[in-house]
Amino acid sequence: MLGLNTRDFKLFILVCVLALAAPFLLNPFPTASALGESFNAGYPALMQRFVIFGILVIGFNILFGLTGFLSFGHAAFLGVGSFAAVWMFKLLSYNVVPAIILSVIVAGIFSVVIGYVALRRSGIYFSILTLAFAQMMYSIAFSDLAGKMMGFTLTNGETGLQVYNDDPQILMGPDSPTTPHFFGLEMNSQFTWDIGGWSFVFQNGYYFSALFLIAAFYLSIRIFRSPMGLMLRAIKSNQTRMSYTGINTKPYMLAAFVISGMYAGLAGGLLAAMDPLTGAERMFWTASGEIVVMAILGGVGTLIGPVLGAGIIKYLENIVSKINDSILHQWFAIMPDWLDNVLVTIIHPFIGKGWHLTLGLLFMAVVIFLPGGLVQGGEKIGELFRRKKTDDAADGAKTPAE
Amino acid sequence: MGILEVKGINKRFGGLQALGDVNLSVAENTVHAIIGPNGAGKSTLLNVLVGKLIPDSGSVMFDGQSVLGRKPHEINQMGISRVFQTPEIFADLSVFENVLIPCFAKRDGSYKLQGIGAVSGHGDVHDMAEAILADVNMLDKRHMIASSLSRGDKRRLEMAMCLVQEPKLLLLDEPTAGMARADTNNTIDLLKEIKEKRDITMCIIEHDMHVVFSLSERITVLAQGMPLVEDTPDNIKGHPKVREAYLGEAQV
Repeated sequence: MLGLNTRDFKLFILVCVLALAAPFLLNPFPTASALGESFNAGYPALMQRFVIFGILVIGFNILFGLTGFLSFGHAAFLGVGSFAAVWMFKLLSYNVVPAIILSVIVAGIFSVVIGYVALRRSGIYFSILTLAFAQMMYSIAFSDLAGKMMGFTLTNGETGLQVYNDDPQILMGPDSPTTPHFFGLEMNSQFTWDIGGWSFVFQNGYYFSALFLIAAFYLSIRIFRSPMGLMLRAIKSNQTRMSYTGINTKPYMLAAFVISGMYAGLAGGLLAAMDPLTGAERMFWTASGEIVVMAILGGVGTLIGPVLGAGIIKYLENIVSKINDSILHQWFAIMPDWLDNVLVTIIHPFIGKGWHLTLGLLFMAVVIFLPGGLVQGGEKIGELFRRKKTDDAADGAKTPAE
Repeated sequence: MGILEVKGINKRFGGLQALGDVNLSVAENTVHAIIGPNGAGKSTLLNVLVGKLIPDSGSVMFDGQSVLGRKPHEINQMGISRVFQTPEIFADLSVFENVLIPCFAKRDGSYKLQGIGAVSGHGDVHDMAEAILADVNMLDKRHMIASSLSRGDKRRLEMAMCLVQEPKLLLLDEPTAGMARADTNNTIDLLKEIKEKRDITMCIIEHDMHVVFSLSERITVLAQGMPLVEDTPDNIKGHPKVREAYLGEAQV
């Protein structure tokens, strides 16, 4: 269906359901309960990050997963996309359509230039080249060097770029919304549904981004299954044979690089559409590193892995960092005081600001035990169940004979 | 005029004269072997032919066109395919996908973005791939991952990938190196079969005299970067200079 085979179609439906039902799925506990306050992730600001970073890593996976070229500067395209979108808000109006179109185009142009140069080398040299480009772009944005040379504010340096009252906004009508909107549909307007102890929040901005995630995921399946995807996997497998098969690998790799750069630009544009300000820190190398970690954690080269990886890291970042000692004391209240204190002392370094420690341990465990990422873990569990089933069936067949 | 004409090729690596004034003429539809002891310059010559190395002087004409200065993928498009000493295949892909790639290249030329239509939508390419797999008796292994094949099967697969492009010239770089006797004989049979079925010129670089004498119609002997003699297999066997330079060690 939709040009997909049955298995891919099921995966696509799964992603659609996850994305559209996220406000329910991510709010398993009653809102006011202790567990709900700590572990519920179904609030718009976080759900937006799930889907936007999902888009970013899906795009990254088209490059890294298929061709094996590890770009260490992908956050630069995200940042460029955000700046382009905010400039559209400043110049035209708060309508997100021109902002997102321009962010994709600008990120595409940057990735053509950077890709053309960086793809002259492969392996670690390619990674270093992309990292160098990204850091240069970060420095230029952070000091607003390009803007200073041209005599106006381009990235607004450390302060970050945002929309001011005296910006031209030539398409703004007298009663246009003053926050990002899709032809009048404001991104930050939301509808809350209270039922029992739960309250589910449905926000326009989240669903707007979720539709992009679904489209991005669909496109990535089609690319994976197309002859171009086959060529890209062949490049990863054996470049020598590719060139001795008469195939020039450069255009294929550049195409993959530009597609993944444009995905990152789209993600950047969406970030700006959710919150119309941006800064250079979005392009810092740790942000690029985070993309790599998300892809590896989820499962490089798999279809759904990137979405899982992005979701889990953003979940940990927001949820684990929110937990503090007093919350822990609440959880362990039923235990004797000494045990409570011991447990809190042990867990203390892993929560709050120490969430990176938790992430590090999780990442190490995944890389050591599941080199194929969480998707491989899922497959292993699936196999276990299947084996159990066949064992049961075999037992069942034996029993009557006894 | 042969299909491949090599004239006055020189190549130096620092102080070492790897190829000194090599001339070679390969006639169309023949099997031409290049033999010589280790370090005779066989592999250097092959790398010049496929565009991996650029010689210091001389000319290489294939089918009336110069190959010098062209990139490997361009030389392949002229009709030269190469089989490597260790089979170069797409190890992570399935056997069928391995063959699909040259089929796409054959149909569409070097580079054409296919849009995002599924691979399974290209029926003609599938038929082409199935036909060549049937040709080398590997149709039953089509779903296997290429890295899990035996060495002989990897060689077969690589041959299939080259043959589906219908090259005018097939270069073989020690196709039986490191193989057991049985595998070697299988490879010889496969090559003979290929030669019988289609009009193809082959140029074989080989160490194993058994292979050379059972396949080739002409033999060029290289020694220390220079062509020593070029003749038919029977004459080469008895040639005193060749015996001295090479065959004496090989115990034929």
